[in-house]
Amino acid sequence: MASIYTLTIPHYPTHPIHIALFRSVRNAAHLRAQLLSANPSFDYAFLDATTILSYHQLLLAAQLALHAHLTGRSKTRTPHSELVFRLHPNNNIGESYRKFGINNASSTLIAIKFSLDPEITGESVARHLGEVVEGESVDIGPNGEELAMFADVAKIRKIFKLNDGGKGKEGAAVNGEARDERKQMESVILGTIALKGS
Amino acid sequence: MAPAETIEPTAAPLQAPPPPTDPERPLHTLPPPFTESHLEVLTQGAEALVYKTVFLTPDTPCVVKYRPPKPYRHPILDRRLTKARLLAEARVLVRCMRDGVAVPGVLGADWEAGWLVLEWVEGRTVRKVLDGWAERVVQKGKEGMDRVSEQDEAMLGLMQRVGRAVGKLHEIGVCHGDLTTSNLMLRTLEKQPTQEAPKSRGRLTTSEMRMMAEDGVFPDFPSVSRGKEQDEAESLEGEIILIDFGLASHSTQNLQDEDRAVDLYVLERAFAATHPAAEPLFKEVLKAYGESFKGAMAVLKRLEDVRLRGRKRSMLG
Repeated sequence: MASIYTLTIPHYPTHPIHIALFRSVRNAAHLRAQLLSANPSFDYAFLDATTILSYHQLLLAAQLALHAHLTGRSKTRTPHSELVFRLHPNNNIGESYRKFGINNASSTLIAIKFSLDPEITGESVARHLGEVVEGESVDIGPNGEELAMFADVAKIRKIFKLNDGGKGKEGAAVNGEARDERKQMESVILGTIALKGS
Repeated sequence: MAPAETIEPTAAPLQAPPPPTDPERPLHTLPPPFTESHLEVLTQGAEALVYKTVFLTPDTPCVVKYRPPKPYRHPILDRRLTKARLLAEARVLVRCMRDGVAVPGVLGADWEAGWLVLEWVEGRTVRKVLDGWAERVVQKGKEGMDRVSEQDEAMLGLMQRVGRAVGKLHEIGVCHGDLTTSNLMLRTLEKQPTQEAPKSRGRLTTSEMRMMAEDGVFPDFPSVSRGKEQDEAESLEGEIILIDFGLASHSTQNLQDEDRAVDLYVLERAFAATHPAAEPLFKEVLKAYGESFKGAMAVLKRLEDVRLRGRKRSMLG
């Protein structure tokens, strides 16, 4: 059994989302092969945890994917692939998978499953993931902070083309209060994700 | 309410009346995903309705800015205008965020449906701060002239922060387009994140409390913490956040000084409209602005011209 964190995004009370976090994953290549062969029992969003800077980043992508799915405006075939696609700043689905999806060398993994079907419960997801993922399950607390514990800030900066906050620091000095740099980076990323495809 | 009962005689006699009885609440329905949720109306402008709700997590407050379709416009044109305006605002905000100007972050958007979700800023508008200050100035004028200077010191500090914030915005090439004191916010410092809920509600009259109790809503009574809150309410500490970029533009070099000067002129008029005593404060804003970036002095020079003719440019060449 893997440890599962289940949540519902505000305004979507009927669509719970199940999230699991793993470390020291050994069979990333196998999991990726299942995605590539579109194995129906592997309908998950498998993300490399190093690309997730914050819980909100993940939630926003999930919200947008769910919204696109429910309003029939998805750009990809499943809500799970939509989630991976929504994380990326540009409109290339393959690239989104290369950047945010797991690759053969990934050792950390975030698995997300939308409960679009009443049969999918936290328990069924936990059981299935526990069987197929060879890795150590990490508990996620109520604030989801653990999801960002493997974040590779330099890598994320590169993906979102953020320069090293030189200008940002100036801004902080000007306004008196020092702003949390990471928080600001998160804000920019959220804005970029929200406006993608406009 | 009475006609509703005659139409539906089978309805339970003491059922709570439906929410639209509140005249403040517009009868628009929001697009998904907000259709079913209860949103608190904050304000309404010519273009958009502004609500408060939560987004992403149940404890992330946010602002939803919804631009409802305008029935008098052709639907295709309407969609295009809504989309263009919403995206213009969102892009400017993201740009400001990227360059370190203090603005509310964009949390989500759907330009087809016309909604934009922005980060919640906890605090007061500079307009409210000025009003409170002007009130105190009048009172102190009656009592005599003691103890004014300490408050004024803090006020001048605040004005300098306003000037620098506007300067920073202009430095990155963004013009606000509607820079008034109501569009500047003083973010409350996060000291004790213990009780935030009662603050937004403001003071309640007894009849309001009774009505809420009848509806099954029990307001938090801020009686105990009143003194501390009062202190906090008058604090002039905090970061200046620029809000409402609905008319903002990010333009290239030509006409920049003009637009910047008009921004300052509009702000100056807003200051003057608050209270005659607030006018000297604006000098402090301009002083800080002038020192904030390289082209600022040119803008201040241009402001002299704008003052002479007003916001609109002459059409005679």
